[in-house]
Amino acid sequence: MDFTRHDDLAEHRDAAGRWAARHLRRQWLEHELSTGTHHNPELHRILARQGLLAAGWPPEYGGSDVDVAYADAIFDAIEDFGLRLDGWVTTWMIMQTVLHVGTAEQKATIIPAGLRGEVIIALGYTEPGSGSDMAAASTRAVRDGDGWLIDGAKMFTSTAHESSHVFLLTRTNPAAPKHRGLTVFLVPLDRPGVEIRPVATIGGQRTNATFYSGVRVGDDARVGDIDGGWAVMRVAMVYERRAKSSHDRLSLVRQVAAWTRDSGLFEDVAVQEKLARMAIADEVTRLLETRADWLNRQHSLSAVEGTMSRLFGTVSLQRQHEEILDLIGPEAVLSADGQAGDGPVAPMGGAAESAFRNSVVETIYGGASEILREIIAEHRLGLPRSRPVS
Amino acid sequence: MTDLSLTEDQESLRDAFGKLFDRESPISQVRAAEPSGYDEHLWTAIAAAGIPLMAVGESCGGGGATLEDLAVVVREAGRTLAPAPVVESAVAARLLSQFGPGRALLAEIASGEVIPVVAVRPPAAGIARLVPSGAVADAVIALDDEQLVLLRRRGRRPHVPVPGNLGCVPVADVVLAGGWERAVLASGPAALGAYDRARAEWQLLTAAALDGLRAQALRIGVEYVKQRHAFGVPLGWFQTVAHRLADHATAGDGSELLVHKAAWALDGNRPDAFALASMAFLHAADVAFRTCRDALQFHGGYGFTVEYDIQLYFRRAKAWPLALGAPRQEYRRLAHLLFAPDGRE
Repeated sequence: MDFTRHDDLAEHRDAAGRWAARHLRRQWLEHELSTGTHHNPELHRILARQGLLAAGWPPEYGGSDVDVAYADAIFDAIEDFGLRLDGWVTTWMIMQTVLHVGTAEQKATIIPAGLRGEVIIALGYTEPGSGSDMAAASTRAVRDGDGWLIDGAKMFTSTAHESSHVFLLTRTNPAAPKHRGLTVFLVPLDRPGVEIRPVATIGGQRTNATFYSGVRVGDDARVGDIDGGWAVMRVAMVYERRAKSSHDRLSLVRQVAAWTRDSGLFEDVAVQEKLARMAIADEVTRLLETRADWLNRQHSLSAVEGTMSRLFGTVSLQRQHEEILDLIGPEAVLSADGQAGDGPVAPMGGAAESAFRNSVVETIYGGASEILREIIAEHRLGLPRSRPVS
Repeated sequence: MTDLSLTEDQESLRDAFGKLFDRESPISQVRAAEPSGYDEHLWTAIAAAGIPLMAVGESCGGGGATLEDLAVVVREAGRTLAPAPVVESAVAARLLSQFGPGRALLAEIASGEVIPVVAVRPPAAGIARLVPSGAVADAVIALDDEQLVLLRRRGRRPHVPVPGNLGCVPVADVVLAGGWERAVLASGPAALGAYDRARAEWQLLTAAALDGLRAQALRIGVEYVKQRHAFGVPLGWFQTVAHRLADHATAGDGSELLVHKAAWALDGNRPDAFALASMAFLHAADVAFRTCRDALQFHGGYGFTVEYDIQLYFRRAKAWPLALGAPRQEYRRLAHLLFAPDGRE
């Protein structure tokens, strides 16, 4: 095997760094922290205007001639700066899905508008009564003349308040088995009957509950076949996994190790053992991610390997953050907020406290760990499926 | 450029040596070799297949294979719990090939006449305690103060009785002054450097063996929970069973990848090679034991009986890595390699 890191962005890093220095604003970071919104409209417009969003997309749908690797290096630089691009990530996933399953007209309208930064798409899968069991969605869409009337509620429609559309999973046939009565719509969020309410999270991110009462859309808003929504979701899930595995997480362990050395805590042999264990888990996480990416690049379907990478990475990250707080001791609970004067000072600028809060959701969203273990047990080990088959 | 596939050569090595170990080290032989953990007939077959000198340079009469190639073969030995000093002899042969008096011994190693081992823990008060494969060693390489010494003895194997032990492995104390023919291989920094490297290679290859053991124990566990029924369903239907096995399969894939990465780093003399070898060793040991423990647990009462094979894996998964010392010491050593500026404790 060859473990030489695949870094086709290397030649663009300097240019991306200069781009970041020129365009990124410190106040955007403060805004992201204070609002919990992981999307910045001003930044999004710049990315669209410069053709960065459109890099690599087919020219007939508005793709630009910007080098994909250069654009990716800039996205990395934006993340390194501390800004998140959730609005673009979900929009990208759905545009990829539309490219696969959309009508000619949908491809010709939605994708160019998305690349121009005018269409931003939130995900409407989870409901108050269904999360991991996504196909149990009960938001109703019923025929209304040549269009559809939608009634229901969705949870965790993050960035909906900054989005133009929601990619909405609905039930069109309650009589059919649950996977065969679903239909997906791309619903404009400015329609009468749509209500968006903020939901606060312990990680500080703002998400939303969205409500739909008698929302009318045309049949051209339908993505995929009537009652064929599950096939659309399977495509969307593939892109959801890809979008996530491409994120390169920066580990806290090195930072914590440096902090323990500065504070003298490193002399404690129990601390040394903990740090070593964390470093091993990080290395295994990197290797499993590398394998999933490597399989992706070869265009093999790395379904179970991607699942394994996500399971190990999220569970070990969460455990790591719990242990880091224990390792630091009383000061670990201090956050970056309200640091003033001679008061208590948060170690590492509150990075540990923030990481602890934020990693809680890692083992939940994009497939709860329990679901991932089901997939591995079934598809890797060939164990019998214990979930009821509907 | 990243490439996580085995080379064609490695695939052939895996298949060919996998067959050899299946044939020469069936589980009945593993049982028959207890409690000494040494099978002379198997050792003869291993030597005849060229494994001890496989990763020694061609200029020294070896096979010129990489450590990664060797790790692929050792993994098969681990999978079959081969009761023979595959890891120890290969590490010792590579170490000996670096020094004149050591090279003189290589022909006898190749023929199977001499089993060489490395005392992976430095001796204290003139005694290297519980040296892996020490009871069957005809030659022992030890770090005596700042000298790397080669100790040689003659006679029939095992040279000393094997003390009863959990893993049924042929460990033995080695008394440095105990009537050996003694030669100095190196002194000072050269001795320390060669010894550190050999220790890392022993960690890597032990990790490879543990990874093979782990993969086989997982197979046994998965097969059992598919066959065995309780409450009208296969055991594997229960999520507490399935999910734990899914976790072990996942951490286990990480173990195999980490073994290969450490081998790749040692082969390329990369700066993080020793840290990676240590990581591979600790992780492989950890996952192997957890996998065996749960696979045994899912056997229910049968897992506690000697009749079922899973106990053979379970005992070795705990015993093999302990030969290097208490794990906490290795974790601390790793912490220094990674996080201390000078890398020393």
